[in-house]
Amino acid sequence: MKIGVVVFPGSNCDHDALYAATEVLHQHAAFIWHQSQDLSGFDAVILPGGFSYGDYLRTGAIARFSPVMNAIARFARSGGLVLGICNGFQILCEAGLLPGALMRNQGLRFICRHVHLRVETTATPFTSAGRTGQVLRLPIAHAEGNYFCDAATLADLKARDQIVFRYCAPDGSIDPAANPNGSLDSIAGICNRERNILGMMPHPERAVEAALGSTDGLIVFRSLVQSLARQPAAAVS
Amino acid sequence: MLAEIKVTPEIVAEHGLTPEEYARIEKILGREPNFTELGIFTVMWSEHCSYKSSRVHLRRLPTKGPQVLQGPGENAGVVDVGDGIAAVFKMESHNHPSYVEPFQGAATGVGGILRDVFTMGARPVAVLDSLRFGAITSANGEAPDVIARNRRLVDGVVRGIAFYGNCFGVPTVGGEVEFEPGYAGNPLVNVLALGIAPKDQLFFARARGEGNPVIYVGAKTGRDGIHGASLLASAEFTEESQRKRPNVQVGDPFLEKLLLEACLEAMATGAIVGIQDMGAAGLTSSSCEMASRGGVGIEIELDRVPQRETGMTAYEMMLSESQERMLLVADRGREAEVLGVFRKWGLDAVEIGRVTSDGMLRVLQHGQIAAEIPADALAEQAPVYQRQIAPPKALPSRETLFRLGPSGADLTANFRKLLAAPAIASKRWIFEQYDHMVRTNTTVVPGAADAAVVRLKGTHRALALATDGKGRWCSLDPRVGAMHAVAEAARNVAAVGARPSAATNCLNFGNPEKPEVMWQFSEAVDGMAEACRALSIPITGGNVSFYNDTLGKSIDPTPIVGVLGVLEKADAALTMAFRNEGDAIVLLDGRGPLASAAKQHAGSAEHEALREFSSSEYARTVAGVVGGVPPAIDLAAESRLIEALVALAAEGILSSAHDASDGGIAVALAECGFASNGLAAEARWQSEEPDELALFAETGARAIVSLPRASLARLLTLAAKYGIAALEIGSVTRGQFQLTHNGATIVRDDSAALGKIWSGAIERAILGEQASK
Repeated sequence: MKIGVVVFPGSNCDHDALYAATEVLHQHAAFIWHQSQDLSGFDAVILPGGFSYGDYLRTGAIARFSPVMNAIARFARSGGLVLGICNGFQILCEAGLLPGALMRNQGLRFICRHVHLRVETTATPFTSAGRTGQVLRLPIAHAEGNYFCDAATLADLKARDQIVFRYCAPDGSIDPAANPNGSLDSIAGICNRERNILGMMPHPERAVEAALGSTDGLIVFRSLVQSLARQPAAAVS
Repeated sequence: MLAEIKVTPEIVAEHGLTPEEYARIEKILGREPNFTELGIFTVMWSEHCSYKSSRVHLRRLPTKGPQVLQGPGENAGVVDVGDGIAAVFKMESHNHPSYVEPFQGAATGVGGILRDVFTMGARPVAVLDSLRFGAITSANGEAPDVIARNRRLVDGVVRGIAFYGNCFGVPTVGGEVEFEPGYAGNPLVNVLALGIAPKDQLFFARARGEGNPVIYVGAKTGRDGIHGASLLASAEFTEESQRKRPNVQVGDPFLEKLLLEACLEAMATGAIVGIQDMGAAGLTSSSCEMASRGGVGIEIELDRVPQRETGMTAYEMMLSESQERMLLVADRGREAEVLGVFRKWGLDAVEIGRVTSDGMLRVLQHGQIAAEIPADALAEQAPVYQRQIAPPKALPSRETLFRLGPSGADLTANFRKLLAAPAIASKRWIFEQYDHMVRTNTTVVPGAADAAVVRLKGTHRALALATDGKGRWCSLDPRVGAMHAVAEAARNVAAVGARPSAATNCLNFGNPEKPEVMWQFSEAVDGMAEACRALSIPITGGNVSFYNDTLGKSIDPTPIVGVLGVLEKADAALTMAFRNEGDAIVLLDGRGPLASAAKQHAGSAEHEALREFSSSEYARTVAGVVGGVPPAIDLAAESRLIEALVALAAEGILSSAHDASDGGIAVALAECGFASNGLAAEARWQSEEPDELALFAETGARAIVSLPRASLARLLTLAAKYGIAALEIGSVTRGQFQLTHNGATIVRDDSAALGKIWSGAIERAILGEQASK
């Protein structure tokens, strides 16, 4: 099983994602330069956090045109698993691989701190090892994490169980005060209809060791690894 | 030579050169300098670049030690931290630009120090910032427009640091901020960067090898920041300061991130001989310094330099401080390898010249020589001044004393005021704007302990960092104040269990042409030197920022020290949060068991204690008193406490540790509770001191620890071994914070309520809400 971590100019959580995959999860993993169109051999791809292209124009707006994104779209169409974290989520939305958009935080400032998330569904390869309603403590670090989509899209996301994480209070209740950035319906992460692409604003790769203050991010990685172990290797173009 | 502006005495004066300095230039060249050469000398001989007023004093700082791989003189200091790893770190100031343009001034301050670190081959892994502003609340009667401006400065500076550090991808893991009226016209922005590299893969800023290519990489050169070093950083502010806006550099952290990755990759090819970032005085300083250090010359052709504006003169190009540029020397024949790496990362990379053997900096433009100067003259032969030194006339405020209240009185209301003071309140509003977790090395985040802790992956170790500096104390006694800065930073590092290893500093002072400022500087250097020697902490590099004056008034002398420590076992790091209900709370005092008794025996000792208390945060916040003297400093006591803390951490018996500093023991006890999950201190002790002093005195060499009662005996044994006092003063409880002194309850309140005041004060102040909300 091999996990790829895409590196765009300006990605800066790429090393952290690779470290989580290799040192903590003990999987094979490698960087994928943004100009590569060859994802053969990879079973899952991570679009890591950072400031790809310096967030010029709009966060993720330029990265979506990187050559690798064509390959990722094909990879996803044939069932490959794609995990977009923070800037990765922003890029997936800009690329149309996930619905909606990430706008500026309501408070208009960058926020770096731990928050609580509730697992809304375990019917994804990224949360299958968790429990519905489980409360996770993960860090966020973003200035544009305010998820937004129109009413029809929101209704669709709900109907199809595509909302994967919501910001919540430590006891799991959905409380506007627990929403750090004003995102619609306290949405912190969503998946696509086929459920093989996940975008989330919080950073699971920053919560995989006790030394970092939380190991709740392991749920996402363990689910990913377990899901891949159950499948035959994905056929990738 | 190119026909250009004729150099006249007026032009020389405008450049800030004295007639003597000009005469020296003529002597070195054997002729008059042309306009471009005049500009080059001006920047290299400016205070900011040449340290001409500070050199004679800086020599007195201790800079050596077995762990020091590189002391002052290079882009950053380098320390061996074990496991074959070198820690590369330094602190730098960007004060004047941050007053003129806070966002970009602070941002480019971060950018500059990051380059100083990665130009040595070290990937930056942590940033800390030490900030000084004027008052942001009306508590001490400042004018509303001054307060409003200070708030804007705080906001701009914090956003600027966040903008640069977050995008670049380095965690900003700590630092400190103080608010004192003297900084209102002169904010201080000091930034420390730490990087790590294998110790046998370091790079230095030395050119060598006649014929080797000199390569320019990074952003294009424009007109920004011209004379940033000489006009902004080497002169006072007047009413016309806004006009200096074009002198503030503009930063692009994305470009710097690309530059970082490209530099590290290019360094790995083995083809790079020497490399230096283009910081103050850009092309000029990087080329002449590399040439001078290597004992060679450098010739460059400006037509080859990537430019983002047209029609720039040689003067403009040599003085431009456009950011995110480096100059490197490669092995002849391997240029293509190096250039290829930079092109991969989308950066300009051009061979602009070559190394020569004649020791000259030779600049060509349009096929002609635009400047030709011995590199040594620029880098090494700036004048060295023995500025006049004279202590100030007696400071009247020294005699202003705090008036004690009746003993046994309830001081809870005063305590709430103290917690709400920006100097004491939580800095959460600031550090939550910084990504302090990127790179997943931060094992102790801002606010959790007295120092930041950054682990070294692949080893069991971690590095700890803390910065400190108390302008108010230095204004009352620069020598003692500087000693406290060193001691407190070292104590903060020890409080997480790390052994202090080395230090960097940023010396922020007023106009060096004023004898009392030079006196302050000299005293501060002496104090710093004495403390560093006593604590075995060599200075590996740093920065001097003079001319922090506005409208003729100097800032308080503010030497700031950044101490680096090594934690042998990363997971043994201590934090300040109480952990277990029922744990004993113990006050550690480096002065030993007989200290407090000895102090109280004579009336004069009581008077002295009151004088010391008059310089405390409590005195200022509650009574508006800033006077007296700083607390006496006992370096032997500080040293004993540091050793004890390091040993106690390694022993693994403590639940928490927090040094007692601003606001005294009372604030330390409260903060240990705020950091926890609902726990609080219930302390009761006896002493011969008045209540206010017992609770709020800022005596040094003290720390608050908590631990399970079962380990108390072991603690007492270790305390005796290290010669420190350990006084059990209370227990960890839930909910209620209470301090009882000599049988009277002096402070009692719900800890969560106190925590709310403390936690939200700065946000309320910046956003301008009423303090009572």
